[in-house]
Amino acid sequence: MIFSFDIIILIFLVIAAVISLSVKDLLSASMIFGIYGFLICLLWAEMGAVDVAFTEAAVGAGVSAVLLIATVFNTKRRSSD
Amino acid sequence: MLTKVIAFIAVAITGSLLLYGVADFPSFGDPNSPANAGVEGGAPSISQYFITESYKDTKVPNLVTSVLADYRGYDTMFETVVVFAGGMAIFAILRVLRSKEEPPKPQSRAETFVHGDHNRIIVGTTCKLVIPVIQLFALYVIAHGHHSPGGGFQGGVLIGASFILLALAADLKTALSRLNEPNYIRLACIGILIYAGFGVLCQILGGNFLDYGVLQPVLFTDGPEMARSHSMLGVEIGVALTVSTIMFAIYANLASRGTLNEGL
Repeated sequence: MIFSFDIIILIFLVIAAVISLSVKDLLSASMIFGIYGFLICLLWAEMGAVDVAFTEAAVGAGVSAVLLIATVFNTKRRSSD
Repeated sequence: MLTKVIAFIAVAITGSLLLYGVADFPSFGDPNSPANAGVEGGAPSISQYFITESYKDTKVPNLVTSVLADYRGYDTMFETVVVFAGGMAIFAILRVLRSKEEPPKPQSRAETFVHGDHNRIIVGTTCKLVIPVIQLFALYVIAHGHHSPGGGFQGGVLIGASFILLALAADLKTALSRLNEPNYIRLACIGILIYAGFGVLCQILGGNFLDYGVLQPVLFTDGPEMARSHSMLGVEIGVALTVSTIMFAIYANLASRGTLNEGL
């Protein structure tokens, strides 16, 4: 566990979370949510939980981003609030 | 605007309460915390037990797999059932079984992917190279989950992702011609039945549900430990079948609005 590396990942994590919630374009929001999943995966791999990191890389950063994008394409692109 | 302010106040209060609770936690990797060292004067803690005894019990070097597929077999089985139920819920909500307008297609894009199209040649060639590698790696992850990170869930998601990549690169029809709808539903059911079947087989042989040690005479292994190790592999294969097919089913239904005609 490297402290400075941790801090960098956590800062990017908070930035990605805030952007993906605040951006109006839902396609970019789901892309940034994929980035958020990948950052969490990095954090877990760095803490030594390799199995969880692997699952997060496959599910969170890979498949769920694709599923969100497929949903955005079939509904509407702009957030209403 | 008012709802946003109220939501922000609620989130701030919850967040500060959570942070207040986290402050009492033992620090990360502390060997003297109760979870790692056990209670003073009591039995050894559960993590100590797993670290020292799980290899003797199961002959599986990867501790996470042995805990996930053996000690907490019920948990993993019902996680798989949750994935299956999620896929079936999406199927029940989205799938359009009898669509009225079925546009006749003289030439689907499925053939142009195979025979070469200038717009798709880079994407198509890359996917032709990458998809077999993804699937081989997924099989390695499933089969080698005892010794290295991985297992049924991760390998299953990788296989599902390879089919989704095929559907994205070529066409949903191309992917569905490899794995059509009756087959993926059948495979998803078979995956859960494999997992539950191991449990029922243990009961038939006189043990508890998912108590793999009693499977030794059926699996012809050296001892109950190796029987547990091999049964874990069988269970992981069941998980991988369900997860991979359900991932592809969710994508196919979401991307085509339930018609399974044309994807993204």
